[in-house]
Formats: sequence, structure tokens, C-alpha cells
Amino acid sequence: MIERICKLNDITINTGVVALYNEKQVAIFRVSDTEIYAIDNFDPFSHANILSRGIIGQDQGQLFVASPLYKQRFNLQSGQCLDDEDVKINAYETKIIDQEIYIDA
Amino acid sequence: MYSQYIFGINLENCCMKKNLVIVGNGMVGHHFVQQAIKEKLSEHYHIHVFSEEAVPAYDRVQLSSYFKHFDLAQLNLVDLEQYQQEKIMLHQNDLVTSIDRENKIINTQNTQLAYEILVLATGSYPFVPPIPGHQHENCFVYRTISDLDAITQSAKKSKVGVVVGGGLLGLEAANALMNLGLETHVVEFAPQLMGIQLDVDGGSLLRKKIESLGVHVHTSKNTKNISAGDQHTLKIEFADDSQLETDIIVFSAGIRPQDQLAKVSQLDLGERGGIVIDNACKTSDENIFAIGECALWDQRIFGLVAPGYTMASVAASQIAGNLEKTFDGADMSTKLKLLGVEVGSIGDAHARTDKSLAYTYMNPREQVYKKIVTSSDGKKLLGAVLVGDTSDYNNLLQFYLNDMPLPAEPECLILPSMDGAPSLGIHALPDTAQICSCYSVSKSDISQAVNNGAHTISDIKKCTNASTGCGGCAQLVKDVVNHELTQLGIAVNNNLCEHFSYTRQELYHLIRVNEFKNFTDVITQLGDGTVGCHICKPAIGSILSSCWNEYVLKDELAGLQETNDFFLGNIQKDGTYSVVPRIAGGEITPEKLMVLGETAKEFNLYTKITGGQRVDLFGARLEHLPHIWKKLIDAGFETGHAYAKSLRTVKSCVGSTWCRYGVDDSVGLAINLEHRYKGLRAPHKLKLGVSGCTRECAEAQSKDVGVIATENGWNLYVCGNGGMRPRHADLFATDLDEETLIKYIDRFFMFYTRTADKLQRTSVWMEKMEGGIEYLREVIIQDSLGIAQQLEDEMQIVIQNYQCEWKTTIENSDKLKRFNHFINSSKGDDNIVFVQERDQIRPANINEKQTIKYQEVN
Repeated sequence: MIERICKLNDITINTGVVALYNEKQVAIFRVSDTEIYAIDNFDPFSHANILSRGIIGQDQGQLFVASPLYKQRFNLQSGQCLDDEDVKINAYETKIIDQEIYIDA
Repeated sequence: MYSQYIFGINLENCCMKKNLVIVGNGMVGHHFVQQAIKEKLSEHYHIHVFSEEAVPAYDRVQLSSYFKHFDLAQLNLVDLEQYQQEKIMLHQNDLVTSIDRENKIINTQNTQLAYEILVLATGSYPFVPPIPGHQHENCFVYRTISDLDAITQSAKKSKVGVVVGGGLLGLEAANALMNLGLETHVVEFAPQLMGIQLDVDGGSLLRKKIESLGVHVHTSKNTKNISAGDQHTLKIEFADDSQLETDIIVFSAGIRPQDQLAKVSQLDLGERGGIVIDNACKTSDENIFAIGECALWDQRIFGLVAPGYTMASVAASQIAGNLEKTFDGADMSTKLKLLGVEVGSIGDAHARTDKSLAYTYMNPREQVYKKIVTSSDGKKLLGAVLVGDTSDYNNLLQFYLNDMPLPAEPECLILPSMDGAPSLGIHALPDTAQICSCYSVSKSDISQAVNNGAHTISDIKKCTNASTGCGGCAQLVKDVVNHELTQLGIAVNNNLCEHFSYTRQELYHLIRVNEFKNFTDVITQLGDGTVGCHICKPAIGSILSSCWNEYVLKDELAGLQETNDFFLGNIQKDGTYSVVPRIAGGEITPEKLMVLGETAKEFNLYTKITGGQRVDLFGARLEHLPHIWKKLIDAGFETGHAYAKSLRTVKSCVGSTWCRYGVDDSVGLAINLEHRYKGLRAPHKLKLGVSGCTRECAEAQSKDVGVIATENGWNLYVCGNGGMRPRHADLFATDLDEETLIKYIDRFFMFYTRTADKLQRTSVWMEKMEGGIEYLREVIIQDSLGIAQQLEDEMQIVIQNYQCEWKTTIENSDKLKRFNHFINSSKGDDNIVFVQERDQIRPANINEKQTIKYQEVN
């Protein structure tokens, strides 16, 4: 199901926001001008909806967000937790069409 | 060498386990227990420890620090859980009264117990000369916690205190009396102070120095009589007919071995007391050992803890069957700080060795005295005396202990290093060199530990115990570790993270000189890649703020901020935030207090008073934050920066305005300081305290910067800490006027901001700083680096660019969009659920959330 979320420029570069997509909370990150990633907003470690508020980083080429509560890192492309191989959250396909961001999953 | 049969017992038969009994739970007795655990003696014996004291072993070497914290726990050595785990029976409050050696049974006040092996660690007691009047209730000794408590109590009613005895412990006692606020006198029988450790010149310089600190010193005084005084409680009369009036007397005239038990049990004693032991630490009874200050070895009593520890470990090894380990005497060299004066003494300080040569250096301006004693051929170091500067001590001690050949001109070892005296490199030390004398840790012990993977000082401490006794060898241990790491080819890496091969300090400097204003410039010019990570981004965000103090939510800075700085609130476990407006100095009007109450009520916030004299409002939903702050700012509040690594609060007592004891206006100063430094972003949070008098109700000495009013101005304390690693602040400068005080604090904060590591509090920063507080004084007060003006100018920029971040944010509709939970919906986060507790909200736990959701669905 493809769904329009917001304008590209609604997200400041290097930060994240939360979208309500198909009744679910999805964290969307803008890493550079046109690089957008989406993963679950729910942090399985803290049980809070806060991953969108983490800091974006890079570890040996892998893009990640670090949870703002207890700092576990999640791969932005796959949802895999970098600090606990047993934990993986959902990642979502994103598209940019005419300066608008869509989730297509 | 391990023998299965020891003292005729088959160790494999556990049912036959017999008793190993230790009498005394002082430092040495406790150390023996530790060694017994290490030697696994509990596999072969039931271990019993008897102590006549009610408290387990504590650190007597650090006894004087009790006057700073009055907290016995900080001195405690015994981990009772460990005793329990190792099945060691500790019998407290139970004095051993006699030994039935024939039947191998001890009799105590409460019981009888058979022993296989007995270890006496009964220690010593302070000698009180039998002067008429010495039993007066205001006469004390300086030995145990209860002595210290009694002195403290008595000092409250006293003005003058006299210490009888000018030795090492006497001067420590004098320091304690000074700290208790008494006019302090030291009375010594000999013509000089510290006669055992220092020569005449060293002793007279020490005297001069401590007299300049306000201690009255009386030497060559033979105390004859103590009676009731006229102006004060007591009068001391001396043999030369002079007199001294005082309120309390502390005797510190040496120690005597506690050998009563050995005496009644007819063990061999020395002529003047002490339980005679051989090299195996055995007494005249082969089943009884004696260790520590109660033991007499080669006609000598060792009144320091290190030899006692060595005896403990020898005895434990002997009992385990390792008969090769023996006690062969001990080095009595010592280095310490008395009343703030550095003193060191090594070996033959008095040059008593036949034909020895003495070299001396005396600097009357710096008040430094150094002497070395060498063999007649000048090749071996026999002894040394250092007063006023002990920086050469470690170097000299290594020459002395390891019999290392001296340079052709040995005087260069103590002359000021105009061109750098040949310091003994770590590589030059033999493997056997003893680094930590408290725990007998050699250089090779440390290099082995490093080779086995212990690469940090704390790891080394854990596996070797080095530097966990008196701590005097800390620097040396660090040097050895670094040397070994370099040998292994392991670079000591202080890089910020994988994206920057610089330390925080280097980055701070580069950002400032290059005038970088955003992360992109910093990472493209100084780092790797373009993205960075959760380590370097906030660190650089903080540096940029420290330098330029721009609005933290500017587009190019926003992504660098932790969520707390990003939403200008403290995130809580459920994703809500807390709101803390600034209440400078803790002073607030009733009107403002009511606004806080009304706001909390309107937005259903949990309220709590903080330790920093403010009000914390919890449970604010993201989308409510701007509305809450709008209300607060309209009422005249501004942000409290509780979310930032920056200045938090300046705590104050009510001060001279109201308090009958107050000396100065602590609230007024606290408010000034808080408004001056608010918004300063630093490597970590900063807290201040201002007390209006020496009663210190604002707890300023537990803050990064503490200020205490005196009759003549303000005393400045720095680098204190509460929290996880408590540390008392150091007295930095005294009797300052407000202008100078502020100047010093400006410089101090900016120097810290410049040079600290990321997330390093001022206390740790100081502890790691080479040269410590002295160096800091040189930089801040004497301007030794010539940067004082720069530091003040930099602070001025921070102050000028201050803005209330919340005010800026609520005036900027673009920034406010961020505070909606969803970018594409006006709903809130349905996962935030509260329940009631003690009439307020708290976050629901998972079970409660499920119940509540279930109820909603139905």
C-alpha cells in the first residue's frame, strides 16, 4: 500500500519525524537531501514510541539511528539492531515523487 | 611448592577441617584474610576472625579523611558478603583473653575455640606518657574512629588544642585540629619535628612552613604536668617552667605493640615489648604467627602498614606450605602531605652510614629542601630527605630500592631541572622494582597483567591491587602501564570516535581557530565521511555551542542534538518530557510558584522538587511542550537548561539577609552567578553552590564550583561532585572579592570547556590533570599559560549570545511543527498512559497498559 506522508522539506536534514502509516507509527529519517529511510517508531527495548527522535549515524558504512533512551542502534535500511542480533524491527520502502515522501510497503 | 600435608593434617579429608584463628581485624588482620582467600586456605581450614571492636577493619591510613566526610563506610575495608561467601566467621566485640597453648584452645570473653593455627594481628596502641593529669576527660589519643568522634565532640566546645608529639601522626592530628577550627599547638620533646624521618634542616623548614599556616610549634619541651587552666580548661606545665593553656590535648607520642595476649600466654617478647617473630613470622610457638605492629622482627617494630601487609602475605604463604616466602625486613621510606606540606623520607635520612656523603639543595624562596645521602664512592643512594617538593621521590626511591648505580654527578637528581635532570625512565627499572609497596606489586607483575589484557588503570587495580592502598604510586603505575602498552605496540587511543582521529580537546581548538560553525564543515575538513554518529555529533554540537552559543535548533545544528536538547526537555522512560524552568538561586515569588502549580494542574503534570532547588514537572507530552512553555514564559520564566550539558543550578542557602549566622548575601551572589553562566554549554553538566557561612548549608563543596562566604570575602572551591562518584571540592582561593571571584570562575569554566574530554565532569578532569590543583591554580590565578584574558573574552561571547531557547522556539512557528507527534496527523501517541499514585500521575507499566486498553475496547 503506497501512502503519501509529507513534503520532503518538512523534514530537516539529519533528523527524523513520525508518520501514521496504516495505523502504525513509522519513523522517517532524512539523511541527506534526497536520502529517506523508514523503520518502526516503537523501540523494543524501552517500549516507547521514540526512535524518530534518535541521532542518525554511520558505523562502517551502515546507516543507523541510536535510540534516544538506551542508545541501541538500528540499521535504517533493514531494521536490524546492531547491538543485539536477536532484535530486528520493520523497515519500510520509501519513495520521493515530486518532492513528496511516500511509504510503499 | 605445595605440600599436601601441613602440620600433620591430611588436607584431602575435608571432614577433618580444623580451625585457623586470626586475632584482630585491623588493616593487617584483614589483609591476612585476603591473602588466606588467595591461598585458598579455607579449603583446608575453618577460618575464624576475632575482633574486640564493633566495626570491621577500616583504613587507618586514611583516618584523617574521616574529618572531611564523617562517613565510616568510606573507610571500610571489609566486604562482609565476601567474608560470608568464603565462609569466614567474623566474631566482633569478642576479646580473646588467653591462649591455652598446650591444648591449642583460645579463651575469649564469650567462648572457647580450638585452633590448629593461630595468627596474632593485635596491632598496637598509642603510647600516652605517664604525665600527671593525662587522664583528664579532655585528653585524647588519635587512633580509632571513636577517638576522632570524641575529639570532634569536644572541639565544638573548645578554642585551643594541643598535640603532644611532633612526629608524623602528631602532625596529622594537628591538621585535624586546624580543620576543626581550633587554635593549634604542637609540642615536641625533641629539638625538631619528625625526628625519625627528617634531618635537622628538613625539620626546621617543615616547622617554618607549618608555622606560616598558623600552627604554633614548641620544640624541646618536656611536658611535666597537666592541671586545670585559668583561661582554658587545661594548663600544661613544662620542665623549663613555661606553660601553655588549652582546651583539649591529643597525645601522639608513638605506639606500643599490643602484646598483652602474648604476654599472658607466655610467648617470647622483646625487652621493650613486641611479640618476637622469625623470618617466617612465627612466634616462639610454632603453631602461632604474629604479624603487623604487634610483631617484633630483628628487634624492630614496623609502624607502617606496608610491612604489616608483607608479613600477612608471608604468614599466609607459610601456612599454605610455601616455606620459601619469608619476611626479610621492610623499607620504611615514606612520602606524604602533612598540613599541605609535601614531605618525603627514604632510607638513611640522617646520613648515619659510615663515610656516607650528603648532597643538599635549599631554596628559601620556594621553601624547598632536598638532600640525598650516597655511599662513600657516590655510586649508591642510601637515603634522602625532601621537604616542600616531593616530585623527585619516586625516582629516588627506585634508585634506592633497586641498588641502581647513580649518575656520576648524583646532585643532578635533586637540582631543579633547568635542562631536565636525567629522570629515570620506566624502561630503566628492573623487573623486580617494587612499584606499589602497600601490596608488594612489582614492575613485572604489572607488565604481566598488561600482557594478559588489562589495559586500563582500573583493570590493573583490579587484578594486581596496585595503587589501591595509600595511592602514592598511582602516577608510577600509570607510567608503567603506558610504557608496557607502547611496548606491545598498542597506541593509547583517545580519538573521539571512528569518524575523527582527534581528541575532544584538539577538535575544540580546531573548531575555534578555523571558526567552523556547523557540523558539515567540521566533518568534511577534519573527519571521515559525511554522516558522523551518535558519539561525535552531540560532542561537536556541544563544542559549537561552547564556542559560539548559537540557537541549538538552527537547521544545521538541530540534527546534532540529543533528543533532550532537540525538544528542550528531559526525555522520560515513556517518551514524555519533563519541564524545568529556571529558578535562579532557588528564589521564587509566590506568584510564580502559583503559575507553576496552575500549569502543572492544567496539563496534568507530576510535580517534584529537585535537588537543585527547582520544580520539575513530569509527563509532558511532546505536543504540549510549546503550550506549557508559552504559559511559563508569559509569566516571566525562562528555560532551566535541565536537558543540556550546561550550567544547571546555583544552589544557595538563605544567607545573611535572613539567617542569624549568615556572613554574606549568598542568595544574591547565587542569582548573579546563575544569570551569568546560564546557557554555557560544556563537556558535561555544571552545578554551583553558594553558602553564606562556613556551616555550608548549600553543600557548595559537592559542586563543580562552590563559593563560601568568609568574614573577608568569598572562598572558592572547585571540582567537587555529588552523584555517582562523590568528591569534595578543593579549596582553590580564599577571601576573594566578587570581581576576582567571577574572573576566576570565568577562566575556570572556559579552561574546563577547552580541555576536558567529552562527558567528563570537572572532578574527573581534575583528577586526570597532570599537576592537579596546583597546576590549575597556576593557569587560572597566576596565568602561567598567558591565556587568562582569552578565556575571559571567550566567556564574554557566551554571555552576550545567551538567549532563552524556549522563547526563541515558541516565537518561531516553523520550529513548532516538530513538536507534533505525527507529521501527517494531529493525533497523539496512544502508547503514553498514566495511572494515579499518591494523588499524582505516573507512567503505567506494561501490564497496566494492557488492562487499560482492554477496558477501553470493551
